[in-house]
Amino acid sequence: MDEAVPHLQVRQLTLQNFRNYDDLHLTFPGGVIAIVGSNGQGKTNIVEAIGYLSTLHSHRVASDIPLIRHDHTSAVIAAEVIRGDRALMVDIQLNTGRANQARINKVAVPRTREILGVLTAITFAPEDLAIVRGDPSERRAFLNDIATQQFPRLSGVMADYDRVLKQRNALLKSAGGARRSNLEAVSATLSVWDEQLVEFGTELMCARNELIVNLAPLVASTYAEIAPHSEPLSLSYDDSLSRSEERPVTYDPDAVRKAFFQALDTKRQQELDRGITLVGPHRDELRLTLGRAPVKGYASHGESWSVALALRLGSYDLLARERATPVLILDDVFAELDTRRRRHLAERVADAPQAFITAAVDEDVPVDLVGCWLEVDKAEVTQRDR
Amino acid sequence: MYEGVLADLIDELGQLPGIGPKSAQRIAFYLLQAEEEDVKRLANTLLEVQERVKFCEQCGNVSEEDICRICRDPRRDPSMLCVVEESRDVIAIERTGEYRGRYHVLGGAISPIDGIGPEQLRVRELMQRLSDGAIEEVIIATDPNLEGEATATYLARALNPLGLTVSRLASGLPVGGDLEYADEVTLGRAFAGRRRVD
Repeated sequence: MDEAVPHLQVRQLTLQNFRNYDDLHLTFPGGVIAIVGSNGQGKTNIVEAIGYLSTLHSHRVASDIPLIRHDHTSAVIAAEVIRGDRALMVDIQLNTGRANQARINKVAVPRTREILGVLTAITFAPEDLAIVRGDPSERRAFLNDIATQQFPRLSGVMADYDRVLKQRNALLKSAGGARRSNLEAVSATLSVWDEQLVEFGTELMCARNELIVNLAPLVASTYAEIAPHSEPLSLSYDDSLSRSEERPVTYDPDAVRKAFFQALDTKRQQELDRGITLVGPHRDELRLTLGRAPVKGYASHGESWSVALALRLGSYDLLARERATPVLILDDVFAELDTRRRRHLAERVADAPQAFITAAVDEDVPVDLVGCWLEVDKAEVTQRDR
Repeated sequence: MYEGVLADLIDELGQLPGIGPKSAQRIAFYLLQAEEEDVKRLANTLLEVQERVKFCEQCGNVSEEDICRICRDPRRDPSMLCVVEESRDVIAIERTGEYRGRYHVLGGAISPIDGIGPEQLRVRELMQRLSDGAIEEVIIATDPNLEGEATATYLARALNPLGLTVSRLASGLPVGGDLEYADEVTLGRAFAGRRRVD
């Protein structure tokens, strides 16, 4: 391992009332950890918890409720994370009916988002096919996860943007019913929200552009290795301003701000008629193209898997280069891949300082690489030899 | 589970802000064991507050008279006006002892989600107060959150054409705090609002 690049490792994990675990304590070594068990026994729940600490949401479900054990009102995920030569304790309590509470080294932080960046992890799972085939919101969520792991500060900007967007949409909706005489009053208030929308939106768009510019070559080269006979994969940023006349020439904040204000101005009547905000990063798209055809709708099943894998591994490389080598999590994916993709993924696993691999059977794991075998049966985790 | 009037009391107490079911129960049992005269005094005070406290016709602050104590006080600087969201904010600023002008309570902040626009706040009253030219400086002291900022921006745009001095409270680092523990937003604002040291 290169000494200059620190890497992350989960040394201990505690789950309380999380999914099907009432009280689980695990200690992990570095290297490759295989978690094997039949479906429904709880192997994915372990990696889901690790992933949650890195992104503050599950890679499987949109809400936190299913994560809390049935008939309980809260769940705890706690981990000891090693970063370079430092150990850090991080934990989060998930609550029903009230806000979640997070702590770093047992000290409560005012907002859960402040633990972002403590543990960085990249999860590749069957659900990732949705990044390729799903709605634009899936691709925005993918970008957001990488952006907040690289720059935790952005999660605050995103929260503010969402809040402003809600306020502005509420105002547009109420203005729709207002009579012409009231329009002047409405537009005076609207311009106040415009200003905040543009401020936070510009920051997000510039950050997304930078992320895509940095990510694109890493994803493209990974894709070329996994699928050498396919057309080249390219990523580009299709921001909502570029679909209107006011496309910013560069992503210089001042240029974006100007184009954003102009776009709002152009769309004003349409926005009032429809009662929603029509420009801004909430309508961005990450465009994925193979050769000249869009991936969505044109790529085969195998190609779609390769694109999803390339996006995740490219993100892994980006975080490794910019921050610290993240923890790699492969949830039930080897079984889905053909020989070439399995081999490529195995090579990456071999290089990873710490990787978690879940599978139903031993054959779906790169057996020679595994240093630690965990067997999961009805929420009981036991360590065993190969 | 409790029955009858005791259950009613616990329910009523539970409706109050910041009081959960456990606290409601604790307060109810405290009242049950308290001296009769103490309970009567509390009950009477509640009724009296309801009857006597109203809002100052001039500034909108809570008051027992038509015009509140601060608006009546002749020692107050009539040329300065501080605009706040709630009466609670008046108390907070009064505690500092730094400000000698008068107040204007808006009754909230602009928040379209909650159906609150400038028309629902005491903005029209504010513009009327400013029309006679006696007030020369307006300090906008709305909360430093998204809604408070939006309200401040709205007011600043409405007031600037009147030729008054309009200022916004500085937001920055807490006194006695450590730089390294400040969040980025606070620290960023403190940078933006830095001042020259002579």
